[in-house]
Amino acid sequence: MLQIPLWKRIVILGLCALGLIGAAPNLFYDRVERHNDAVAAVERTKVETEQQTAAIDLWPSWLPSAIVNLGLDLRGGAHLLAEVQVADVYKQRMDAMWPEVRRALVSEAKVAVRRIKGAPDELRVEIDKPEAMEKAVEVVRGFSSPVVTLTGVGQNDLAIRTEGNQIVVTLSEAERVATDDRTMQQSLEIVRRRVDAAGTREPTIQRQGDDRILIEVPGIGSAAELKELIGTTAQLTFNQVIRRSANKDEPAGVGNVNYPSAEDEGVYYILDELPVVTGEELVDARPDFDQNGRPAVAFRFNTSGARKFGDYTAAHVGELFAIVLDGKVISAPQIRTHIGGGSGIITGTFTPEQTNNLAVLLRAGALPAKMEFLEERTVGPELGQDSIDAGRVAAIVGTVAVVFFMIASYGLFGVFAAVALGLNLSMMFAILSTMGATLTLPGIAGIVLTVGMAVDANVLVFERIKEELKTARGPARAIELGYEKAMSAIIDANLTTVIAALILFFLGSGPVKGFAVTLMIGLITSVFTAIFVTRLFVVTWFARKRPKTLVV
Amino acid sequence: MAFRLRLVPQQTNIDFFRWAPVTFWGSVALVIASIVLTVFLGLNFGIDFRGGTTIRTDSTTPVNVGAYRDVITPLNLGDVTITEVFDPTFRDDQHVAQIRIQAQEGDEAITPETIGQVEAALQSVDPSITFPSVESVGPKVSGELIKTAIYSILTATVAICAYIWLRFEWQFSVGAVVALVHDIALTVGIFSLFQIKFDLTIIAALLTILGYSINDTVVVFDRLRENLIKYKTMPLRDVMNLSVNETLSRTVLTSGTTLIALIALLVFGGDVIRGFVFAMTWGVVVGTYSSVYVAKNVVLMLGVKRDWGKKPEGGPGGTTFADSNS
Repeated sequence: MLQIPLWKRIVILGLCALGLIGAAPNLFYDRVERHNDAVAAVERTKVETEQQTAAIDLWPSWLPSAIVNLGLDLRGGAHLLAEVQVADVYKQRMDAMWPEVRRALVSEAKVAVRRIKGAPDELRVEIDKPEAMEKAVEVVRGFSSPVVTLTGVGQNDLAIRTEGNQIVVTLSEAERVATDDRTMQQSLEIVRRRVDAAGTREPTIQRQGDDRILIEVPGIGSAAELKELIGTTAQLTFNQVIRRSANKDEPAGVGNVNYPSAEDEGVYYILDELPVVTGEELVDARPDFDQNGRPAVAFRFNTSGARKFGDYTAAHVGELFAIVLDGKVISAPQIRTHIGGGSGIITGTFTPEQTNNLAVLLRAGALPAKMEFLEERTVGPELGQDSIDAGRVAAIVGTVAVVFFMIASYGLFGVFAAVALGLNLSMMFAILSTMGATLTLPGIAGIVLTVGMAVDANVLVFERIKEELKTARGPARAIELGYEKAMSAIIDANLTTVIAALILFFLGSGPVKGFAVTLMIGLITSVFTAIFVTRLFVVTWFARKRPKTLVV
Repeated sequence: MAFRLRLVPQQTNIDFFRWAPVTFWGSVALVIASIVLTVFLGLNFGIDFRGGTTIRTDSTTPVNVGAYRDVITPLNLGDVTITEVFDPTFRDDQHVAQIRIQAQEGDEAITPETIGQVEAALQSVDPSITFPSVESVGPKVSGELIKTAIYSILTATVAICAYIWLRFEWQFSVGAVVALVHDIALTVGIFSLFQIKFDLTIIAALLTILGYSINDTVVVFDRLRENLIKYKTMPLRDVMNLSVNETLSRTVLTSGTTLIALIALLVFGGDVIRGFVFAMTWGVVVGTYSSVYVAKNVVLMLGVKRDWGKKPEGGPGGTTFADSNS
């Protein structure tokens, strides 16, 4: 009848114990956090300082040390949603192709060509002899290669069509898809490296949808700071200087650009738009000092970069050579000799800190495309702390009131429910901690709401027992029937709420997602505690006391 | 035995359908009123849904909305709303205001320069001012967020409806959905009436209300299903009354504990989530009402097939979870 097999009892009590142990670190949040930080730091640097040893000793290492991640709205920090301008890459590809296409058309198809301004993602070439069109198209077609993707088998990367005496080259649909994916992966990787280099705690960097990146960094002062860290492009290029200028509106001419100097106000450089070497060919960059002891950044190119750099410097001795970062000329030194080894230094009026940042930016590589920020949020740490405090007070008041209400309504059974509620809360925290889920402000609300709703399953059972007591034969049977008959209502009622929570989880973002997670975990643990834990209490109590009558 | 709190007498025999026409048409009227309100007054959308920037200010000196406005107006940022925020959880010398700036032409998120200008301007009025939170959402994202919000509510409603249909009869499903629409409409209506800020968290609240309200409705439906088998000849109306009466104590207790927890949050939870908690509190009240009065009225009107005898326990899906753990 009212028997729970021993193994089941052990499993139930074991899970409760796990819940208590798993939740415990959260009671000593600061200590455990310092302990964890120190452990992570030691692992990274392989050296243990005295301070770190002290921090590690704050929490015994044999206890679980997972704690709930606090969301940005609780800890403070910055959130950015960036859209990568994937189409930028199409333009870069077309621009990079143009010199080679021009050379090939002139030498192989024997036509005179010029590039016509068209849409940014196309290469529009006009040829002077319409009769040579067929040959010209064939030459251009020679530049295309098959796309290697799962879906784009058999497709070429270039789509070539003719319009009168113009050849229009664009990237094919399959190549665009493949390029977009590469662009996104590269952007993600670079953003991650840049944010990691700054050493902030547990940043979240995720791809969202086709062309977006979500960046959340706790503990950073503001979204503006984060943007600076990521840099919008950080495209490093080395360009030929056509001439210096003092006017930002001076027309640069076809194929040239006018960029300001990063250091000297009012100094502008007219540069060849097409870079000689780009940051992508950089293999290393580190902070250094020049021969006068001023901070500088030393860099080294890969083989192809070194060759281009060497050839160019050999051919242009005495000219100015611009180092351009994000559309600003960092410095434009004069080329004194041929630089063969593929390495050099960038000097300017840097502080040692700036050279360090610049080296990090360069090492991480250039973002392949520009990013536009669609959404940004900053929460200060004080506001987060206020929210935690308020949430804590609300949770305590709510729990105490609910416990009082349950005990007042159900007496001893209410006590059982109250203990189960406590276990339920600790299990929630244990699961949230071990899953590495993030607790947000709406998440706290979710917990408080669960406190209110968690007793529902118990109430359903208790009410049912009460009813069965009126008709059934004896209290034992009433308890058994109470659990049995309340089950379908409990399952149906909770599953429907789980549906809502699941949808919230999949469609929601940020704090709302955090709410959905806590709500869902709360539903699961509350059903578990109600149908297993409370039942174990009731059954054990009943077996001991064997009451003739039962008042619920 | 010890004293027991009895919110509901042991035996109740309330005729919940006595006022059926009044409650039903009352609900219909309220839903219509909510829709009319929402259409004519509109909703006070937060930046999540219409783009723009909000800056929260915190200062030890009292908020002077006029002075704030005077320094922000020259920046030409378009529509700027400044509201002072009051909350019992604030310290005595804590004065908080919320400044909302419309989405700027041509920019997605606000530029750091603009934020810097606004902050500098405010600091010139009040040197002790700090900015605990700055949020900016571009029009592109806000448009998508509205779409996602609407989709998620629709999907949730359809999914719940499908679940009820599987587990019960289609009439129950219709009843449940009408009740859900009722709850959503009334919640949105009250947000329109009081012009409370309507943002992404309110959508989360609405979905929770859906979950809660359906939870309540399902418990009564479950009992109704059971009683329909037990009392095969009793008129539907009486079986329904009996079912509601039998579950009344549970309904009151659960709503009670949930409301207690929510009221604790409403009072002590701080102003940042007040709108969210308010939506849920209101939703619990409306949801409890609707499962007793709206969902059942609809089922009564539609009528239910009564030859359940051949398939005891399970719904039309033939599935039952009931004895998996007994």
